[in-house]
Amino acid sequence: MSDWIDIGPLEAIAPRGARVVKTAFGCVAVFRTAKDEVYALDNACPHKQGPLAEGIVHGAKVTCPLHNWVFDLETGHAQGADEGQVATYPARVEEGRVLLDVEFLNNRTAA
Amino acid sequence: MVKKLVVIGAGMASGRALEELFAKDPEGWDVTLFNAEPRGNYNRIMLSPVLSGEKTFDEIVTHTAEWYEENGVTCRFGEKVVAIDKEAKTVTAENGDVLAYDKLLMGMGSNPFIIPLPGHDLDGVIAYRDLEDTNAMIALGDKPEAKAVVIGGGLLGLEAAAGLALRGVDVTVVHIMGHLMERQLDEAAGYLLRKALTDKGIKVMCSANSKEIVGEDGKVKALMLDDGTELPCDLLVMAVGIRPNVALGQAAELAVGKGIRVDDQMVTSDENILAVGECVEHNGAIFGLVAPLYDQAKVVASTLAGEEAAFVQKEVSTKLKVTGCDLFSAGDFADGETREDIVFRDPARGVYKRLVIEENKVIGAVMYGDTADSNWFFGMIKDGTDISDMRETLIFGPAYQGGEPLDPMAAVAALPDDAEICGCNGVCKGDIVAAIKDGANDLGAIRATTKASASCGTCTGLVEQVLGATLGDDFVIPTEQPMCGCTDLTHEDVRRLIKSQELKSMPAVWQELGWKTTCGCHVCRPALNFYLLADWPLEYADDPQSRFINERKHANIQKDGTYSVVPRMWGGMTTPDELRAIADAADKYNVPTVHVTGGQRIDLLGVKGEDLPAIWADLNKAGMVSGHAYAKGLRTVKTCVGRDHCRFGTQDSTGLGIQLEKKLWGSWTPHKVKLAVSGCPRNCAEATCKDIGVVCVDSGYQLGVAGAAGMDVKETERLADLTTEDEVLEYATAFMQLYRENAKYLDRPYKWVAKVGLDWVKEQVEDEATRKALVERFEISQSVYRKDPWAEHAETKAETYAPIANLVQEAAE
Ligand code: SRM
Ligand SMILES: Cc1cc2nc3c(=O)[nH]c(=O)nc-3n(C[C@H](O)[C@H](O)[C@H](O)COP(=O)(O)OP(=O)(O)OC[C@H]3O[C@@H](n4cnc5c(N)ncnc54)[C@H](O)[C@@H]3O)c2cc1C
Ligand code: SF4
Ligand code: FES
Repeated sequence: MSDWIDIGPLEAIAPRGARVVKTAFGCVAVFRTAKDEVYALDNACPHKQGPLAEGIVHGAKVTCPLHNWVFDLETGHAQGADEGQVATYPARVEEGRVLLDVEFLNNRTAA
Repeated sequence: MVKKLVVIGAGMASGRALEELFAKDPEGWDVTLFNAEPRGNYNRIMLSPVLSGEKTFDEIVTHTAEWYEENGVTCRFGEKVVAIDKEAKTVTAENGDVLAYDKLLMGMGSNPFIIPLPGHDLDGVIAYRDLEDTNAMIALGDKPEAKAVVIGGGLLGLEAAAGLALRGVDVTVVHIMGHLMERQLDEAAGYLLRKALTDKGIKVMCSANSKEIVGEDGKVKALMLDDGTELPCDLLVMAVGIRPNVALGQAAELAVGKGIRVDDQMVTSDENILAVGECVEHNGAIFGLVAPLYDQAKVVASTLAGEEAAFVQKEVSTKLKVTGCDLFSAGDFADGETREDIVFRDPARGVYKRLVIEENKVIGAVMYGDTADSNWFFGMIKDGTDISDMRETLIFGPAYQGGEPLDPMAAVAALPDDAEICGCNGVCKGDIVAAIKDGANDLGAIRATTKASASCGTCTGLVEQVLGATLGDDFVIPTEQPMCGCTDLTHEDVRRLIKSQELKSMPAVWQELGWKTTCGCHVCRPALNFYLLADWPLEYADDPQSRFINERKHANIQKDGTYSVVPRMWGGMTTPDELRAIADAADKYNVPTVHVTGGQRIDLLGVKGEDLPAIWADLNKAGMVSGHAYAKGLRTVKTCVGRDHCRFGTQDSTGLGIQLEKKLWGSWTPHKVKLAVSGCPRNCAEATCKDIGVVCVDSGYQLGVAGAAGMDVKETERLADLTTEDEVLEYATAFMQLYRENAKYLDRPYKWVAKVGLDWVKEQVEDEATRKALVERFEISQSVYRKDPWAEHAETKAETYAPIANLVQEAAE
């Protein structure tokens, strides 16, 4: 079952930007693309834990700020020659508010 | 038996429903039609041509008095229904009449949304929904020197603005988002649209936030934005969205969400009440375009006539009804890993087309400038056509399907001699071929002799193909390194084109230079951001989202995600007070490491991202500003103690260093720039391996440039021998600006000087007029950028450094 939680207004995240949500099990990066889609991923690059929320967002991708690996925001997969995947979580916008699915955020700890 | 049907609202949806009903069942119904507007059904979407003067109101009336009469409709126009009693099956009209119904059809449309800004209830603040609004705008056109502001850069707002402009009104569109019609268009198409509207004399302000409507004697006078800008106006049109008109439904206790809820048969939660049009909600969706409403109208008629029918939501497409702005958008054009884009741009014709493909199907389309094929593409979206066999030529439209894909070389070879190759300079293929026969055998020579591709450069590829086709194997098309995967142009080409075509925004660059991606990548965006701000400091607004983290957050990110903080120490000088403030900050924010850098200042390493604004504010209080240790910009100016203390010192090296740093700080450059000033040739400040280095001598100052001591070690080259401090400041500034205007992004000065040659640099800087102009342009840029970003962020952006939310509690539960 989904349990959506309001984490704040969409305007609080710059277009092509990200903000971090603190959870008991580490930070989640919430991205906003130029087209106002939102995505939530673990805020840790599989390479060396770079904070993805600080990367440059282009299309539906983000470039890690530490060594420029590029990740697809939709799937969390590394692009090109790099290999790795970041966990992704359901996120959506409703009436200007960004919502995350708490169930998923909690479940990841069980994994 | 004839049944009683009461219809609330004579709108586009209910009008169509009645037509369909009378076609199915001409005798079955006794209809009473209420309408709040004092008139019957008309084609609301054609109010825009009425406003612009391209049509009259009479031409857009859809149902005449005769039609109502022939079909036995009792018209109660100008009368509202104020209540519904669903148990008694009656409605109450405004004048108190109570009418019984067998079936009730609700078609109340929507209400325009009015932002509750202070002053929204002033006279002269209107929406754009009906004939009254349209007439108010038309009337404004008769007033000399009338001004209007339209809030909202969507479909309606732009049609209002275009109509007003055609009526001679001075119009400004204020839009909160970064580009126009963001719900239907991507940035590139939004850019072209904006350009076309600007050409029509409409002022467009994007990313603009309205704050207050200013009035005088109860009448609107101006709109004030949150940055303090005041836009005077006689009329203010708000076109910011609509809300389904649900009040009657709510009062009657029907199921209501965003709209009045209906099932697939368009029946509400009461079996005798149907609803149609913008007031309904179906499967969670609400509607704002007529195409789906007409489908609903058919279903309503069937349901009333006792036939089976179900409403199914379909894709919708949008066109803007502004003459001269051809645009089309349909489907879904968001990015995604499984999605691919096919993009076609023809900058000269102002054409942009983009198809979004997923699993070999077109799922979205945006086109601007040439929408002739839009129906073909829209059909493909609706039908889910498999496009794998025509992928290569798909974007060229139906006319090009079936043929062989063209070999570009063969295509050029087949061109006649009088085919134009270079549009800017009017050079034909024959001219180029003639030049080649006369010995011009590379691009540079063709540019020099014919001017082909020497202006905007977009025909460079074609010119090379003509060279290839004419010279055969003797000519190898050069493969200069393009900027990145988004373009075939080199950095140098892009810089030249930004200047020559006066491109002043990223969407302008992407469109005019034919970018292959929708919004660039992490390689080109930072470079473009620099080129644009360096060339258009006053017009272009720096884009933090196109900067690497260090420059976006004004601190160096560390491998563990913390940051380092380096305050400026002008010319390497500090004071006990500054040192105390640094020590206090280090204690207060638990800074684990304090290091004296190689640039004569102090680095606080390991500061948490969230603490940055606070530590900056503390350092600001002690008079310190950002040291830009993170920037492709001015870093440090190292100095030695110089004449004041040292027994060999010839000049005031410390004082000159401070002056240089105060002049140059804050400016952005292609790569970082470091300076040093040594008091004598012993060179204790290591000035001979800096980007700009000054060595003081008895007779004055030796100014060297293009040194390095990083990955390459290189001694500076002498730019000039000078006699006064003012001259040093002037020459150093001119060199800095020349570098800013010409170098490729991420070339340190020594790499750039190696490319253009020290002689050329000297020529520019030695010529007095050129030098002074360079300094002047530098100062213009500094009027924007010579400021402390730490103070600015600590004051206005501090909250963006903190997490947006803290779910530690929630998650633990
Ligand atoms: C802090 C400092 C080392 C120190 O503790 O002394 C330093 C630290 C870094 N240097 Fe440096 N450089 C520092 C002085 C130097 C110097 C010496 C100088 O300036 O006199 C040099 C050689 C001189 C030169 O630049 O030519 C130097 C040549 C480099 C280079 C090579 C540049 C080149 O063009 O070859 C890089 C890499 C780059 O910029 O791309 C670099 C990059 C870096 C970065 C920014 C690496 C990075 O991208 O994260 C380091 C940041 C560490 C951090 O988190 O703060 N650093 N770096 C020095 C800061 C000076 C300051 O006060 O601003
Ligand atoms: C200027 C303009 C341009 C447009 N351009 C386009 C376009 O290009 N393409 C497109 O697809 N769509 C366009 N639209 C949208 C389109 O016009 C609407 O989607 C459509 O008119 C909605 O039809 P409707 O019957 O639901 O509501 P409406 O046409 O709004 O009709 C509702 C009627 O109900 C009346 N009413 C409300 N409450 C009561 C009450 N209590 N009692 C009695 N009567 C009541 C209202 O006065 C109104 O006349 C445009 C709209 C505008 C304003
Ligand atoms: S020398 Fe290398 S490790 Fe040391 S600060 Fe400079 S970049 Fe970092
Ligand atoms: S930590 Fe992300 S690329 Fe290295």
